[in-house]
Amino acid sequence: MQRRDAIEKIMNSIDDELVICNIGFPSRELYDIEDRKENFYMIGSMGLASSIGLGLALSQPEKDVVVIDGDGALLMNMGSLVTVKACNPGNLTWIVINNGAYGSTGNQETYAKNLDLKEIADSVGIKSHNFTTISLKRLIEDDECHFIEFNCEPGNSEAPIIDLTPEFIKERFMKTIHE
Amino acid sequence: MDSTEAIYNGLKDAGVDFIVSVPCVNLSKLLNMIDEDDEIIHIPVTREEEGIGLCAGAYLGGKKTAILMQNSGLGNSINALKSLSELYGFPLIMIMSHRGTEGENICGQVPMGQSTPLILEAMNFNFFKPGTPEGAYEDIRSSCELSEKEGKPVSILLEIKYW
Repeated sequence: MQRRDAIEKIMNSIDDELVICNIGFPSRELYDIEDRKENFYMIGSMGLASSIGLGLALSQPEKDVVVIDGDGALLMNMGSLVTVKACNPGNLTWIVINNGAYGSTGNQETYAKNLDLKEIADSVGIKSHNFTTISLKRLIEDDECHFIEFNCEPGNSEAPIIDLTPEFIKERFMKTIHE
Repeated sequence: MDSTEAIYNGLKDAGVDFIVSVPCVNLSKLLNMIDEDDEIIHIPVTREEEGIGLCAGAYLGGKKTAILMQNSGLGNSINALKSLSELYGFPLIMIMSHRGTEGENICGQVPMGQSTPLILEAMNFNFFKPGTPEGAYEDIRSSCELSEKEGKPVSILLEIKYW
């Protein structure tokens, strides 16, 4: 299983949830699989998908927020683990697809290849799971903050570059929230 | 209105209701006031760049956002300010304790302090350098309007002599 298959599996559990997606191929693959107005494609700022998701979850406590993140991105913003734990918003579900590689730059190995990210998040105090053992929908819908590690193999699909402007992505997403 | 109250009042009257922070000794009284304000969500962050992400998410969620930090935090968040805030057009008020300026007694603050205005100019970001509490209050109000109009961060640099 590669990242694209993982995103497809995640999206099987998504209805009207707000989704913040990591830069590069993760966003491209999500866009290709299912473009929707509730998707925020993060086109720059590697590492910050979980921070954007946290700010959104705290500002919109009645909406469910799902972050689709990557292992390389998590390594770039490990501090986010402790801030998410300190805030602990019950409407935030943070999924890290761990393929052990910087996929968008040529599949160079990450240190996460030999790490148990679930255990790390667990040690910080966030409720943590492996994707294979859970019902994603149930975790999204309950009132707790969850971290989910989704292990897969490296590799990118043929997903095209996103042909939406950042402004369009933002305005469409905000209209969905505030209409 | 003392130097801290001016900033607090400026932020309140501009409608700012979501603040992230990395502390500075010169901001400590302000941080306490914000903590005690139930109308403001205040999230201390581990690193300023993380805070830029939180503010982006909060803006998407309908909040008016600000970051409180030392000017060293500007260096820690340059890419996010460009490839997140400016790219998508997120307004943001950056209240910066500008260390390394006249009266600084820690030499480690000086190099970044000297470069801070030059970095903001190179980033093509507007900034204000108020000298008095009244000036700071007005500049914060103006910076909120400017930031929303431009869809870019606007900074308030508070030099050591301001306090």
